[in-house]
Amino acid sequence: MTELIGKGTWVEIHRIVLPAGERAPQVPDDTRQVSLEMRVKGFLVAPASPGEEAEIVTSVGRRLRGVVRQVNPAYTHGFGAPIAELSGIGREVRALLRGRRQGS
Amino acid sequence: MNSDSYQAIMAQRPGIMRASVGIDYAQYTTGVLAFDYERLLADTGYDIDATHKVQRTTAVGDTPLVELHNMTELVRAVAPPGKGARLFVKDEAANPSGSFKDRRASLSVHEAAKRGYPGVAAATSGNYGAAVASQAAKAGLGCIVVQEAFDSQAIAQPEIAEKTRACEAYGAEVIRLSVGPELFYVFLQVLKETGYFNASLYTPYSILGIETLGYELARQVKQHTGRFPDVVIATHAGGGNVTGTARGLLKAGATNTQMVAASVDLSGLHMASDHDFNRKSFTTGHTGFSMPFTTWPDRADVPRNAARALRYMDRFVTVSQGEVFYITQVLAELEGMERGPAGNTSLAAAFAIARNLDQQQIVVVQETEYTGAGKHPIAQLNLARQMGIEVTRGDPRDNKPGERIVIPEHPSQIAVVDVDLDHVRHSYLRNGIESLPADTMLDDVDIEFLAAETRSSRTYVQETIDEWHGKRR
Repeated sequence: MTELIGKGTWVEIHRIVLPAGERAPQVPDDTRQVSLEMRVKGFLVAPASPGEEAEIVTSVGRRLRGVVRQVNPAYTHGFGAPIAELSGIGREVRALLRGRRQGS
Repeated sequence: MNSDSYQAIMAQRPGIMRASVGIDYAQYTTGVLAFDYERLLADTGYDIDATHKVQRTTAVGDTPLVELHNMTELVRAVAPPGKGARLFVKDEAANPSGSFKDRRASLSVHEAAKRGYPGVAAATSGNYGAAVASQAAKAGLGCIVVQEAFDSQAIAQPEIAEKTRACEAYGAEVIRLSVGPELFYVFLQVLKETGYFNASLYTPYSILGIETLGYELARQVKQHTGRFPDVVIATHAGGGNVTGTARGLLKAGATNTQMVAASVDLSGLHMASDHDFNRKSFTTGHTGFSMPFTTWPDRADVPRNAARALRYMDRFVTVSQGEVFYITQVLAELEGMERGPAGNTSLAAAFAIARNLDQQQIVVVQETEYTGAGKHPIAQLNLARQMGIEVTRGDPRDNKPGERIVIPEHPSQIAVVDVDLDHVRHSYLRNGIESLPADTMLDDVDIEFLAAETRSSRTYVQETIDEWHGKRR
């Protein structure tokens, strides 16, 4: 049995807003074939299990229901590895300016 | 039909809009197409001084004007003799949430608080969400931001992920959606349920809030150099930046300044496509917004868009993704300013345009934006590679949106591509006529309106329409 997540825990819920097949008429074909999904974070109203439907209170006090997907979800965006195609630009333009200053 | 179904909510759109914006747009209608644009703006009661006063209460605006001495020298290194205008940038990253969008949010949030709305909501995946959330935090109002944030593979656009974090940092509720225009349906549901103010990017408040930017920069340049700028370049998406800035310039008396709109070329990528979503390395300032909004502004989330860029632009240019990434790196390494990247679209254009102007002339890039995790060329190019896009050095003319990002090998390769404004005017007029039932007669006031909208003449509008009618017969 999965352990219950405590009341008041910051979680992310997920739900399908419009299933594939019920999308707006103007969407392109590739989008029509997938669902419109929603993810919102908030505090659990009552203890719940991961993967089960639960209710949250959002930061503005709205109550929303959805499947609990993440507990205390991390911000995982960052920078990643430096891009070699950008790394040399500074040296190149500084050399251009040096050349111009020496030439004048 | 369920009262919350897509069809039911969309059918309630006019009522929800009216309640959430508090403007009766119908009263401004003057013809079958025409409406009184100036009165719509004037009725808000905000002139430059009143806007400035509100913005000072939350430390918005009065940002530094920075002369880019080293980049000017780099322009001159690749310019013909005697050419290479002085480059300046308005460092809008100095606003509380890190972009000029604070100016747009400030009046909306001020109005929402004044009129007793319990909170503000905005449909935006960009800097504007953080701006509304920041202003709302200061005003003690609730804030909900609805974003288009991830694709069907649950891959988040890194810049939008950063915006999610920023909005949440300011205490906002962030509704993250997958790709699709039905975001508007969710947004309407939120407005209906909460009774919040719709802090749309396209209300009069949002546009009037930007007028101070153009006004300030004109005065700063005049004070610093003794003359008004020759050219001001704005990154162009929905049209607010160009509209508000140009109006502010005019109000400061800079009537001879050329207003240039600059967008990143994302031609070929569909804005509502799940597949294309993460193959765009720019989330705003691109042609996916600027082309449709310039040629028909009233596709916005309010009945009448107060951003009407075609009225104000003297020139409309595009640059490639690779050129903007290149110039972002140059700005960091030559000027010590790590900003952007999306806001640097106008900087890339400025670099190219300044090359062909005289050395005493002045080109102003009217914004910067903060940079950080996700919101950075490195993050964008790593995602691009993950999505199978080629990233290489070479001739930027070989850029192909969604397939290849070419970082220039030399600053002399940075160039703008001019958008044919005559073609844009024709598209606008065609969209206008096609929005009406067949055989609708245009009144005199409509012809006048269309001439103002397209910055042309009554004769131009009449002849263009007659030409189509002739072809139809």
